[in-house]
Amino acid sequence: MPNDIVVGKAAPGCKKIDPIVVASNVTRQFGGNLAVNVEHLEIPRGKITALIGPNGAGKTTLFNLLTGFDKPNTGEWTFEGKNIAGVSSYKVARRGMIRTFQLTKSLNAMTVIENMRLGAQKQRGEGFFSSLFSFLWKGEEARITETADDLLKRFKLDAKREDYAGSLSGGQRKLLEMARALMSKPSLIMLDEPMAGVNPALTQSLLEHIKGLKAGGTTVLFVEHDMHMVRHISDWVIVMAEGKVVAEGEPNVVMKDQAVIDAYLGAHHDTDLGTMKKGK
Amino acid sequence: MDLLLTLNLSISELVSPLTAAYILCAIGLSVHFGYTGLLNFGQAAFAAVGAYGMAIGVLTLKLPLLAAMGFALLCVVVFALILGIPTLRLRADYLAIVTIASAEVFRYLMSTSGFSEVTGGSNGLSQFGYEFYTWNPVPKGQYNLGLFTWTEEEVWLRLVAFSLVALSAVLVWLMMRSPWGRVMKGIREDEDAVRSLGKNVFWYKLQSLIIGGLFAGLGGIIFVIAMSNVQPSTWVTTFTFMIWTVLLLGGAATILGPIAGGMLFFVLLTLTNELLDGLRAIGWLPFLDQPQVAQIRFILIGLALMLLVVFRPQGIFGNKKELRFNA
Amino acid sequence: MNQLVASRVTRVGLLFAAVAVFFSALISGTGASAAPTSHTNISFHNTDPSVSQLIVGGTVKNDGKGVAGIKLHVTGQGFDDIATTDENGKWQLVVPTKQKYKVEIDLTSLPKGVGLRDPNVTVREADVSVTDTAAVLFPLGKSTRVIQSFGDQLTIRLFAGLNLGLLLAVAAIGISLIFGTTGLNNFAHGEMVSFGALMGYTFAVIFNLPLVVAGLLTILASAIFGYFQDAALWKPLRKRRVGLNQMMIVSIGLSIVIRYLLLIFFGGETKVLSGTFEAVKLGPIDTTMSTIWSMGLAVFTLAGVALFLTRTRIGKATRAVSDNSALAAASGIDVERIIRIVWVVAGGLTGLSGLLYGLQFQASWLTGSQILLLLFAAVTLGGLGTALGATVGALIIGFVVELSSLILPVDLKYAAALVILILVLLVRPQGVLGKKQRIG
Ligand SMILES: Nc1ncnc2c1ncn2[C@@H]1O[C@H](COP(=O)(O)OP(=O)(O)OP(=O)(O)O)[C@@H](O)[C@H]1O
Ligand SMILES: [Mg+2]
Repeated sequence: MPNDIVVGKAAPGCKKIDPIVVASNVTRQFGGNLAVNVEHLEIPRGKITALIGPNGAGKTTLFNLLTGFDKPNTGEWTFEGKNIAGVSSYKVARRGMIRTFQLTKSLNAMTVIENMRLGAQKQRGEGFFSSLFSFLWKGEEARITETADDLLKRFKLDAKREDYAGSLSGGQRKLLEMARALMSKPSLIMLDEPMAGVNPALTQSLLEHIKGLKAGGTTVLFVEHDMHMVRHISDWVIVMAEGKVVAEGEPNVVMKDQAVIDAYLGAHHDTDLGTMKKGK
Repeated sequence: MDLLLTLNLSISELVSPLTAAYILCAIGLSVHFGYTGLLNFGQAAFAAVGAYGMAIGVLTLKLPLLAAMGFALLCVVVFALILGIPTLRLRADYLAIVTIASAEVFRYLMSTSGFSEVTGGSNGLSQFGYEFYTWNPVPKGQYNLGLFTWTEEEVWLRLVAFSLVALSAVLVWLMMRSPWGRVMKGIREDEDAVRSLGKNVFWYKLQSLIIGGLFAGLGGIIFVIAMSNVQPSTWVTTFTFMIWTVLLLGGAATILGPIAGGMLFFVLLTLTNELLDGLRAIGWLPFLDQPQVAQIRFILIGLALMLLVVFRPQGIFGNKKELRFNA
Repeated sequence: MNQLVASRVTRVGLLFAAVAVFFSALISGTGASAAPTSHTNISFHNTDPSVSQLIVGGTVKNDGKGVAGIKLHVTGQGFDDIATTDENGKWQLVVPTKQKYKVEIDLTSLPKGVGLRDPNVTVREADVSVTDTAAVLFPLGKSTRVIQSFGDQLTIRLFAGLNLGLLLAVAAIGISLIFGTTGLNNFAHGEMVSFGALMGYTFAVIFNLPLVVAGLLTILASAIFGYFQDAALWKPLRKRRVGLNQMMIVSIGLSIVIRYLLLIFFGGETKVLSGTFEAVKLGPIDTTMSTIWSMGLAVFTLAGVALFLTRTRIGKATRAVSDNSALAAASGIDVERIIRIVWVVAGGLTGLSGLLYGLQFQASWLTGSQILLLLFAAVTLGGLGTALGATVGALIIGFVVELSSLILPVDLKYAAALVILILVLLVRPQGVLGKKQRIG
């Protein structure tokens, strides 16, 4: 495969041809624990990038920092060329960088369809004064509902449309959260373990959705522990361990990288990670 | 014991202007807590700001009553901003402690002798409401409505109070069925999720605090017009807790809940009080004297609050799936 | 401290007065008062005083003899008048409506060298909302108004602040232990203070037991009370997995229930619990042995709690549960047992603080609810649900309350403490008590 991602050689923190996110010197300390310590990181635009690493590597914390949900000790980063360090989380989302959560955040006392509608951005009816006059937002609401129903069908949640999100199974909530994130047509979607708890049959179709997203021009960054999946759909893999980016590269190459295997399994293994299921 | 009188007294609570005042406060609290999930334990202060705002507007600023009411609502907005900007970032239970503390601070400030020129100190203020009755379109006379006989002033006061209740309920209904209300409910469920979808959660919470506060401010205004005076000792924490009981009784995230809750609460309260008092009078409760009977009501309020929250947190009208307490 | 200005007439009269102070708002507010006409007739016109039967009056005496020519300013809803004492020191005014009136003594009308025996109280309350007459007394004595130097005032305030802070600390540790182990913000904690104070009164005054015995019995009763609350209410609620915010509201309900039960059992009057302790003078500070004893006991107790938490196995387990109860459970600690112990300890400590508080400031059914917010402020200020944090917070609150009266009017001293609380939360928005929660 001709290299259309990286400038020069793949290495931790290497430059990308067309990065959508560029971060440098991002650190976050919890007490004495340096949870994230990323010197340089670039996410390629229009690709599917997997962020992997053992438990506690700092993946979720990095997500939190990049999306403004947590404040770093140091660090700068840009999204679509604009500096967004220190920008509040909702503004980050408005710029088209939407994330999901590892511990699902479905809004349990609202129906599935209401969850979906909430995902749409720049709604006129969300202003206080216009909210009182339904003719101002009825049309928009119908359009949003249409998009929502479309997505629900794709995620096989259409039968649950009117159910409360609290009544969904864990896997279904994961799906709902992902579908909801897509309501705003983000340019970068960051999924924190989207497949955890989703059954294998659905996983396959989810993978297709993610590929479909890429085809539609959305950049995907996702955290995943299932190496098969990572190998199957990602164009690029970034490996974190103990807060640092320890390896980067194409999936096949990275999975054979000794540094990665060490990070996951300790120093004494030489298995190809791709043969491990659910590398926990 | 006169059972008829007892019933009549209890039923008159249904349409008492003070019941309307509590209902307005509870509607405000439904916006705060029921729809947005804000644990506001300082609702008494919002009502007090409305009440004092109007009284001071008339007495010190020499405004006409209607303008003073406008001034009062403006004060409520300012109070909501002062309270909300620093505190809405706090965790829910901290918000509870800070709101209750702020309400007490406000009450201390109103009753301290230092500002008594303006606030009346611990005596409070009176004689600000005359103009209200000059607007009365109801012709002079006694109005016999079967159970009650009211003067034209009493009719007018009830008319205004309950029109405001109806108007507020309609407004809340309009707000909450809209996408705006959807954001509010989302915040109640999980504010981080809503943030991740690009909504300015802080601003929405502030809006909720202001709007719910305005309803409570109106409640305070009706309360003191009905009482014809403002006293600092009215706005104690127990006032807030009664509003909570009213709200939880009817259902926190419902439109009709605060109204039904308020009416039921005061009818039941009067009924039990009168019945206990009657029983005492005919010697069935020999161990209690009259004030103690009145004290039992508060025990009942406390018990009602505990039982409701544990066994029926959604209230009489609420949908269990719609309202659950977070955390 | 907010003693109910109840005239010492009959028991019933006292009860009425006490109830009325706290209730007037609610009685009229709910419209469901014992007097059914309270708001069914809304009128803006005061009734004609000439037909009124209501009288506010009293006698101003100095050394047993009436003093003439003292002016008293009586104000109330729509009423404002001045009375002057006759040659026997008597005065009276007919007032128009059933309500509470304020009576302020005009200090400039006092003879030279004569002052109020209680120089801080220039305003007293006359309550004719239930009875038809109310007597208001202003005992006079040698003018005690000595101009104190700022340094002396500061010393006095610091001493008072330390005293209050220690008292608060003993009660606040209970809140903080309960919050730490169960996550509950217990609004009924104030009533545990009142319970302690009134139990102290029961054993020391009603049963006339020696103070030490009474104190031990009070602590025992309060510890049992704590155990009982947990066993009968909180444990079942935890079993039902009732949420923390829900439990917080339950505790509000509980506080109302206990408060009024105490009122019904003990009556509304303020109980005098001070015994006969000799006066002590420490430089500019006038105090009593009982205060010194109480401060010593508080320090001793606080030190004991600190040792318990750091040195004993149960104490260490308590801290482990506070830190992470799931982890503690996983490592073999019986969390429910620890919580039970915490409730017993918290009950005993809080009862003790109620007793000490009662010894110095008298006891009533409202004792605890008056200081509840100060306790919360202390715990919140101090940080992290630790006993040490609560102690530090309580001392800060104690000092703020007492020192504030150097610059602020006395009736704003609690407000000052609460403002400090709000300001601290401004700087540490996650709450000093709480760790920042993990997101995602
Ligand atoms: N709020 C917090 N307070 C204290 N420590 C934290 C906090 N959040 C994360 N950490 C610590 O930071 C480190 C990285 O955590 P993080 O959640 O980012 O790991 P992760 O790579 O997402 O792991 P997993 O694959 O298990 O989800 C861990 O050691 C964790 O304990
Ligand atoms: Mg993670």
